Amino acid sequence: MPGWAFVAVSCAVAAMVFAAVHLAGNDYVFVAGYTVLQFVVLATAWNILGGYTGYVNFGTAAFFALGAYASVFFHKFYPLPVPVLCAIGAAVSGVVGLGMGYLTLRLRGAFFSIATLALAVVLQTLVVNWNYVGGARGAYVIRPADTALFHVPYIQYLFLIMLALAVGAVATARMIERSKLGYGFAAIRDDELAAEASGVPTLQLKLVATTLSGAMMGMAGAPFPYYNGYLQPSSAFALEYAVNAIAMPMIGGTTSWVGPLAGAVLLGTLQQVVTVTFSAALNLLIVGALLVGFVIVAPNGLIGLWQRLGPVLVGFTQTKPSSPGLTGRSSNHEPGDTVLPGQAGQ
Amino acid sequence: MDTHLLEVESLSKRFGGFVALDDIALAVAAGERVGLIGPNGSGKSTLVNCLCGALANDGGTVRFAGRDLAGLGAHARTRIGMARTFQLPRPFASMTVLDNVRVPLLYAAGAQRRPALRDAEIAARCEEFLTLVGLAAAAPRYPRDLTQVEMRKLELARALAAQPRLLFADEPMAGLSHAEVDDIVALLIALNARGITVILIEHIMRAVMRFSERLVVLVSGRKIADGRPEDVVRDRAVEEAYLGR
Amino acid sequence: MSVLRRLTPMFSYDLLLNAVMAGLLLGGFYAAVTAGVAISFGILDIVNIAHPAFIILGSYIAYATNAWLGLDPIATGIVALPAFYGLGAVLYQAYHLAFERRGQDALRGLAFFFGILFITEVALILAFGVDYRYVEAGYVASSWHVGVIGLPLRMLVPCAMSLAMLAALWLFLSRTFIGRAIMAVGQDQLALALVAADPIRIRRIAFAISIATASLAGAFLIIIQPVEPSIGRDYIGRVFAICVLGGLGSLPGTVIAAMLLGIAESLTATFYGPSWAPAVSFGLLLLTLALRPAGLLGR
Repeated sequence: MPGWAFVAVSCAVAAMVFAAVHLAGNDYVFVAGYTVLQFVVLATAWNILGGYTGYVNFGTAAFFALGAYASVFFHKFYPLPVPVLCAIGAAVSGVVGLGMGYLTLRLRGAFFSIATLALAVVLQTLVVNWNYVGGARGAYVIRPADTALFHVPYIQYLFLIMLALAVGAVATARMIERSKLGYGFAAIRDDELAAEASGVPTLQLKLVATTLSGAMMGMAGAPFPYYNGYLQPSSAFALEYAVNAIAMPMIGGTTSWVGPLAGAVLLGTLQQVVTVTFSAALNLLIVGALLVGFVIVAPNGLIGLWQRLGPVLVGFTQTKPSSPGLTGRSSNHEPGDTVLPGQAGQ
Repeated sequence: MDTHLLEVESLSKRFGGFVALDDIALAVAAGERVGLIGPNGSGKSTLVNCLCGALANDGGTVRFAGRDLAGLGAHARTRIGMARTFQLPRPFASMTVLDNVRVPLLYAAGAQRRPALRDAEIAARCEEFLTLVGLAAAAPRYPRDLTQVEMRKLELARALAAQPRLLFADEPMAGLSHAEVDDIVALLIALNARGITVILIEHIMRAVMRFSERLVVLVSGRKIADGRPEDVVRDRAVEEAYLGR
Repeated sequence: MSVLRRLTPMFSYDLLLNAVMAGLLLGGFYAAVTAGVAISFGILDIVNIAHPAFIILGSYIAYATNAWLGLDPIATGIVALPAFYGLGAVLYQAYHLAFERRGQDALRGLAFFFGILFITEVALILAFGVDYRYVEAGYVASSWHVGVIGLPLRMLVPCAMSLAMLAALWLFLSRTFIGRAIMAVGQDQLALALVAADPIRIRRIAFAISIATASLAGAFLIIIQPVEPSIGRDYIGRVFAICVLGGLGSLPGTVIAAMLLGIAESLTATFYGPSWAPAVSFGLLLLTLALRPAGLLGR
């Protein structure tokens, strides 16, 4: 279905989700829902660089936190409306993504990944030492009781914003997948050398991917201080953002926009349940174990399993037969072949 | 002095202390069928890599259609009309055969203008290229399901889709059977008939002799012969290089 | 602003000398921390970013035996070597079967180790909590003094032991058959197979050794500073910065690079404050990647 139709349908679905949550009547559902939607954006953003292009970003927290701290920074000057802060967060994180990509993307993927992890640590160090935004102690952000516009309770307003961001992120990912850009990304992921020989400007495209991915993460981070009422480096830069941003697309499936969405919704909901029922630490253990488990057993995620078990795909998850999208990527080799490490791919 | 399509002057490449290419000079006219041979390790693949931009040369100039290629990356060179195949086929494993051809068509030949409208047209053109190499039936399949010779043909189809003026075929027949070798030679000759200048790097002498109008011999990074095939194979220096004295 | 004041620190030669010395001692320790990754990443091309987690694991084991049995941490580190070796062998086997044999892309291998890193950290939190843990050992509190330079034993002993460990490793890699096979497997696996040595077994041994070093490195760590589960993350940047700067797979290069980083961090900490130390390794890493990716002594 064409892009505009997908957006329309998504908005309709989103409206229904909002109405359903509203009917639940419980503020907690908005709080939990916000977190799940935030993960939809983060997982989708990560997947653009990771799943589509093949470059693993361990520093999701850095981009997310930059968006959050940009909000705190501006909040001290003059409180801006949250949508504007989202745009600013996107810009800041996008630029950082571009810069870091420019420095490290000429090298092997492994170096890029390590650099992203180190970036998170460095940014956290910078923030911890920056008293203007609260340093290690953190900063309080007083949020209004409700919005002036519709007198909706503030948490519902934030929920709506995150819902809009989620729709935007997923629609963008879907649009990329089917476009010339999507084919370019897939070519880079499959074989960068062959991609170059086919005329794909790999460095440029990789920079587009890092910038876009970073921008979306920053956009998701911008409302965070308002959601919490408080922002502290240890929570903004928490490793669980990195793990979740990787686990959710891996579990859902990295080759299409459906994967991160499914992974985020399923895993996000599971996490809320486990955290409330048991503990936060146990929850993280489960996420880590699921990540490792899926990576080993089902490398193409739930989508891959679905494709292997169920040949009939219904509705708008089915693209034209020759899209690079839903092609579950499985091994080139028969089991039993011993591939000497270093021969396969990059 | 008429301008050649490809002009190489004093090309050199070192890896640390090892000299892979030493002062290579080569001029290829449009429409030629050139064979490039040499013992293993003579620098043939390095030469192709330098000319196509996969490696940066240390010295010398390369001109394509009169334009100096210094500083131009591999993707840019493909876009201006220099395509190549890889010795070991490097298909895009997660895409169908059709989509493998679609990538160079989109990027190198600059086919994308108004996406949605031209999608069917793009698919049709991909099928054309596949038909040219004889892979039309394989369009919806994946590279992992192809035979060796089919993979080689896919490499050629991908190079074609970039609509090149010059094609480097890097050992496209290695490991193929007698009949399959003839198949590929016929294909390359057909491509040349369409106006593409082809430089064939190969070891299989039968194929090289049938294909080439001109033969260039590389030994230890130096060009030792360049001329008509029948003259070159009788050249003293070439005999020594291959048979030893 | 306080930032400007911080940029013009108080300077004294005593301070400088002590900072450099402390940096050298720290560097010796960093070399031990990095040795494992020099093998797994430098030689085997396996991006084991979970290595720091194993080091922290080693630290906690040393802490546990110290707190409950009064054992010296380094003794624990040595005793635990076989266990860590076994862990490394098992881990490699899993990694090999799941990824190397299937020819999977690098993405999944990285995600795998990241998951391991995470699980280890969380498991430690569940087992020991988030408080800082430290060890009691005879020499932890005392210092030697050479003129104006102070040499705290808690830094000197780990540094000396680290260098000893590295020397032993280097001898092993260059003098024994298996050691040389390990170096060979990093360069040309096919050739190694042709000389009738099973490349997979060699790789497994190498990886197991790399994890075994974590046992000792962990013991050294907890002597130098108190540990808590999340400090492994600070070390990822350091370890890979040293690895890249030293030239992948070169043990002498690792030692030199580690010393350089140690000095850089020590000077930063002394003159600008310890909270800036994590940024130093990243800056060094970026600089190296941008200017000389092959490292100082790299191939």
